[in-house]
Amino acid sequence: MSLDRSDVDKIAHLARLQIEEQDAPEYAQNLSNILDLVDQMQAVDTSDVLPMAHPLDAVQRLRSDEVTEANKRDALQAIAPQVEKGLFQVPKVIE
Amino acid sequence: MEWEAVIGLEIHAQLATKSKIFSGASTAFGAEPNTQACAVDLALPGTLPVFNEEALRMAVKFGLAVDAEIGRKSVFDRKNYFYPDLPKGYQTSQLFHPIVGVGHIDITLEDGSEKRIGVTRAHLEEDAGKSIHDEFPGMSGIDLNRAGTPLLEIVSEPDMRSAEEAVAYVRKIHSIVTSLGICDGNMAEGSFRCDCNVSVRLKGEEEFGTRTETKNINSFRFIEKAIIGEIERQIDLLEDGGRVVQETRLYDADKDETRSMRSKEEANDYRYFPCPDLLPIEIDDSYIDAVRDSLPELPDARKARFIEEYKLSDYDAMVLSGDRNLADYFETVAKAANDAKLAANWVMGELSKLLNQNDTDIKDSPVSAEQLGGLLERIKDNTISGKIAKQVFEVMWNEGGTADEIIEAKGLKQVTDSGAIEKIVDDVIANSGPQVEQYINAEPDKRGKMIGFFMGQVMKASQGKANPGQVQGVLKKKLDALV
Repeated sequence: MSLDRSDVDKIAHLARLQIEEQDAPEYAQNLSNILDLVDQMQAVDTSDVLPMAHPLDAVQRLRSDEVTEANKRDALQAIAPQVEKGLFQVPKVIE
Repeated sequence: MEWEAVIGLEIHAQLATKSKIFSGASTAFGAEPNTQACAVDLALPGTLPVFNEEALRMAVKFGLAVDAEIGRKSVFDRKNYFYPDLPKGYQTSQLFHPIVGVGHIDITLEDGSEKRIGVTRAHLEEDAGKSIHDEFPGMSGIDLNRAGTPLLEIVSEPDMRSAEEAVAYVRKIHSIVTSLGICDGNMAEGSFRCDCNVSVRLKGEEEFGTRTETKNINSFRFIEKAIIGEIERQIDLLEDGGRVVQETRLYDADKDETRSMRSKEEANDYRYFPCPDLLPIEIDDSYIDAVRDSLPELPDARKARFIEEYKLSDYDAMVLSGDRNLADYFETVAKAANDAKLAANWVMGELSKLLNQNDTDIKDSPVSAEQLGGLLERIKDNTISGKIAKQVFEVMWNEGGTADEIIEAKGLKQVTDSGAIEKIVDDVIANSGPQVEQYINAEPDKRGKMIGFFMGQVMKASQGKANPGQVQGVLKKKLDALV
């Protein structure tokens, strides 16, 4: 399977990645190579193999429902680029 | 051409846990912005989620209540999209192996008929934060207190054919989750919200039409109006030769119409994949059995018991069993007053009237079930009439106090002393010369109706306190003696 320029542009948009015009053909080639590898793996007969949700053969440990986190807003917002009235400020996002 | 609507609903019920689904931050409503958003909720590097056992138990409770298959092994997936109210860049959800599989509920329609509606699945996921767009020029403010709050997304089959069926379904799910105690059901605060998928097709068609999704509607009435409006919009569009576009719409309650929000991204744009930070959740039969044993009485069972035990009508039983707090309140009043029918009338009548007028939830009723029960006891033992009881009830609501205290303080005790009643009746007759004349000259079968006038005068003279049954008897005796 091979990806073309428009696929690369779409994936970059979904991932919010800015890519340079001249790099696009190389990305398309690299991503296509990955898909080729997947195709190769798809060819293996796995009808007897159970699907795996996680590489570790373990189950999720659960946490009891207790509030253990205190308010650390000041410390956590000290590293934010911009804060006002306790709100994180980001460039306006409205559709 | 006859059109048919096809409706499927997605309900997001916020689970009533104390802490978040993957972190130990509080989920309490109404806190100062970002004071309940910890490092995990903010997606700081190096943090890892740990799953809340109570969220799991609540989801299983719901599954058992709708007779669904419970996922013995469920897996969390990442749903990837970029929006600043979701700092991780993905929402942790369950796509491939949800905790709750196929189930169903039965809804009751206005004409009394029942219909079974399929529940496709219910899965656990985390809520996003809140963005505030209109307060800062050029910027959006982000509050992440809600990020990571556990949600149960309940997806129905496209089994509903009218707004009425859809609302009955939403009410039923609401009543189930509140009865289970897994969701507070507060629609105004967003703890219970509904997305409506609506399409139309010609009656008899097999294929579904193109659907639209109307998001986050937060009251039963708006759900009904939004669906009715959307069905009409689609039919108008198709009859004019147009096409319905698959898209997400927003309901504008002020204008009572839906408007386009964005064209729906293709499902595979979310690039779902199993979350590597969370291991699969496995539960066994003994876990499920233990949860089953802990289930409270569910609305359907409670309704049946109300009919059986208290001899309530189908309708009364349905209304009173629909909300757990209302049902508990009613039962306390019924036991205190030892009269279920009287209790049902007061809870659904006077009490509900004042609750509605003051926009108060039954949980916050200023009159407790014990107070109301005490009041009804005084009606039953003839201390006060039903009419006076309404006055006492209003005082109770506004100023507090027990029925006995209010009756005593306001001197409202019913007059049952026959001497006192006879004296009032005598005065009224003496002061109503023309009416007495008319009574005497009237045809005997007309006299019964004419007694009403004298009744009114006596009740007025006694300030409503005379026992009406007694007054009626004394009046008739004394008037007929004059004929």
